Amino acid sequence: MIVSRDASGAAGATAATAATEATEATQDHPLVRLALLTLVVAVFALLIALPLAVVLTGAFRHGVAAYVQRVTDPLTLSALRLTLVVVAVAVPVNIAFGLGAAWAIGKFDFPGRSALVTLIDLPFAVSPVISGLAFVLLFGGRSAIGPWLVAHNIRIVFATPGIVLATVFVTFPFVARELIPVFEARGTIDEEAAIVSGASGWQTFWRVTLPSARWALLSGVALAVARAAGEFGAVSVVSGHIRGRTNTLPLHVEVLYDSYDSTGAFAVASLLVAVALPTLVVRWAIEWREESVARGGRVRDDSAAQIASAEAA
Amino acid sequence: MFVLIPLSTVLLTAWTLSPDRFWAAVGSPRAVASYRLSFGASLAAALANTVLGVLFAWVLVRYRFPGRRALDALVDLPFALPTAVSGIALTAIYAPTGPVGRIMRFPIAFTPLGVTIALVFIGLPFVVRAVAPVLAEMGTSAEEASAVLGATRWQTVTRVTLPMLFPAILTGTALAFARALGEYGSVVFIAGNMPMRTEIAPLLIMTKLDEYDYAGATAVASVLLVGSLAVLLILNRLQALAGARAGMRAAA
Repeated sequence: MIVSRDASGAAGATAATAATEATEATQDHPLVRLALLTLVVAVFALLIALPLAVVLTGAFRHGVAAYVQRVTDPLTLSALRLTLVVVAVAVPVNIAFGLGAAWAIGKFDFPGRSALVTLIDLPFAVSPVISGLAFVLLFGGRSAIGPWLVAHNIRIVFATPGIVLATVFVTFPFVARELIPVFEARGTIDEEAAIVSGASGWQTFWRVTLPSARWALLSGVALAVARAAGEFGAVSVVSGHIRGRTNTLPLHVEVLYDSYDSTGAFAVASLLVAVALPTLVVRWAIEWREESVARGGRVRDDSAAQIASAEAA
Repeated sequence: MFVLIPLSTVLLTAWTLSPDRFWAAVGSPRAVASYRLSFGASLAAALANTVLGVLFAWVLVRYRFPGRRALDALVDLPFALPTAVSGIALTAIYAPTGPVGRIMRFPIAFTPLGVTIALVFIGLPFVVRAVAPVLAEMGTSAEEASAVLGATRWQTVTRVTLPMLFPAILTGTALAFARALGEYGSVVFIAGNMPMRTEIAPLLIMTKLDEYDYAGATAVASVLLVGSLAVLLILNRLQALAGARAGMRAAA
């Protein structure tokens, strides 16, 4: 017994030295680290931080009073109202759809499943301008159902419903994409246990499936909100640019910019930045949480290993 | 269904155009110039993003430095920021009167270079987000083995690490390319939109729509749509191929 323990100890020590050497060999040279890090920070400053700074300085260039005046302009406020309506309709629709699609794809296997995954991603790959065009072709005056819509006085294109539809389309993948990997990874064991224990399908979904994915859901919703508030190309095609009526905030930015009111454009843009930054904070907080959970999990595994080795001894 | 119907409407409408009108719209010199700019600038931006994205992923995953988490979160900014906002901000920076445009000897905004810069901005998170998780998951054991076997650091990185990352890099680059191809909001402001020179294909669609030339808009859109779908399909096939090869290796 004693001999074998000594041998294993020696082997452990050798392994440890080898590991240290290997770790050194897998580290970049300090100068390389410094160079790469500097490069990344420089690119980051130029490509990402500078645009953010430009928006904020542009917005406040003529002082706080000018900023407040631009932001409380009636046209800005009506654009803000429309954007809020669009977000309030499009995001819940996509939560419902995303949950349904991710549940079907993540928990079940059926023919055409991988094709469906590709389809869900399609709005990401298609130009927003084409997405908008698609809705104009579907519901516009020259489409098959266009005359019927006109006869019944239903306006979709160049009105709020069209803007909402186009937004739902472009934000379609966000919730589903975040949920599918989580549902797939969790498998169906928990659900089976719930069903066997006598839960109804609905109870199982609300109490077992949904809570397991709540952080992924939150992350997807945050992205969908940011994109819904900020969509430009698709909405630009279907809106018809009627100021005060079918202008969303991003479209209003363009209108102001094109009329050489750059302070106004940046002031409205800063409102949109205020939507985008919380999205990043939410995603960042979720990642932070996941990492600490993973670390906590590892600690527990270690203690389990210790208990196991203690028992073995 | 909600995805398929609108997109197939575009292709169907393009199909119902008379061949003469379709080819007149698709093959006009102005349209051809716009495809060339869209595909060329997207390709250049995607390649730049490959290099920058791998670099960002490497530094974010492998190095520990103050501010790493903030940097990690802000890399997604181009994804979360409304494209119109990115567009006016980038234009303000690279215009001849802007902070960067002023110190440059040659114009950036309102040239194809400006278009490419906007597309690099938009595409960067795609490569970083495709590569970083794989790099983190991969760990360093293969690199350790390579180092123990006597490989230099450079050999290890170029022959062990990068080949293992290749599928993820490919995915990120293809996504960045697909996104760049269709991008509208962040490009229209910086492009200057001169027909034949700095007019991207999505803008040409928009211009034709503003002129109520629905047929022409649909024809150009169908070209762009087929291009994006081709990128997606090629990516899918490559991923299936890479998966099959990995499976074969595991079986062997």
